[in-house]
Amino acid sequence: MLIAQNIFPKSWQPLFNYIEHTGYGTMVRDSIWQFAAIEAVHLLALAIIGGAVLIVDLRLLGWGLKRQSVSEVARDAAPWLHGSLITMLVTGYLLMASLAASKYYVNFAFQLKMLFLLLAILWTYTIRRSYVRRTDAQMSPGFGKLIAIVSILLWTGVGVMGRGIGFY
Amino acid sequence: MSILSFLEWLQATPFSTGIRESTWWYPVIESVHVLSLCLFLGLAVFWDARLLYWGFKRVPVSQIQAGLMTSWVVLGFVLMVISGTLLFVEEPVRFYGNIFFRVKVVLLIVAGLNAFIFHSRAGRRLIDWDNSPITPTGAKLAGAVSLSLWALIVICGRFIAYNWFKPLV
Repeated sequence: MLIAQNIFPKSWQPLFNYIEHTGYGTMVRDSIWQFAAIEAVHLLALAIIGGAVLIVDLRLLGWGLKRQSVSEVARDAAPWLHGSLITMLVTGYLLMASLAASKYYVNFAFQLKMLFLLLAILWTYTIRRSYVRRTDAQMSPGFGKLIAIVSILLWTGVGVMGRGIGFY
Repeated sequence: MSILSFLEWLQATPFSTGIRESTWWYPVIESVHVLSLCLFLGLAVFWDARLLYWGFKRVPVSQIQAGLMTSWVVLGFVLMVISGTLLFVEEPVRFYGNIFFRVKVVLLIVAGLNAFIFHSRAGRRLIDWDNSPITPTGAKLAGAVSLSLWALIVICGRFIAYNWFKPLV
């Protein structure tokens, strides 16, 4: 079993307590079906964000839509990436709010998920974003592959830890 | 032999019991099932979106077919089927009695039929409309039906975990 850890500072506990007792937290917690319905939307957005990330990463690795340039694939995938990420954050917040202090604050898988999520968003919207905007001539294949592999690993970490919340 | 007695036998096999009683198998298989969804549905969504002319508008349909559908989406589908079968084998009697599981199975069959109808009709003349912004009505319909069905399939899949209703068996 996982060793119990707590990587969230103690000073965050009042915030999680507050979130659990806000209107949204109470609304989802007290409903029989809302948690499940929001989870289903979260899962649908997961499929899309996974696809939007993968279609660009596969192209960086030399697979997928090979006849399009990296920047073209990234531009076409962008609205799907932004839209699904916003959906993930909104639905994820509602799920978390329902049991913020009593479940999520003390759940090690959730804590790791937030760490992976932070790193994945930073990676995607800084280094990866500026790289995929280059023309193919300005790219170095080795660096592009590294960017794709880090991206896939970070987003996989988010997904696996998300699934892990329920088992921890 | 009835379906139920077969599933009861299946559930009692060492294979099923082994997955059920292990600490790690179930979470690992479930994680594979969820992550394969990105590979399968996440990429197939772009195919449906292209059929509907919602996205990837400058990419010829045949390139999405060759670059994604016949390779990565197929791989994702194979992983979904293997992991899904293992999840079912772990607790077949409970799944069989779950209304959402039954609806999911029916919807999966309908999604298969939708894909078959597309490939035997509009898909056959793909060369005629490959680069065209105006995709045939049949292709648009197939894309819209596919998106709706897969969304419902995911929702049913997630709801299998909840026991809101009395088991059917």
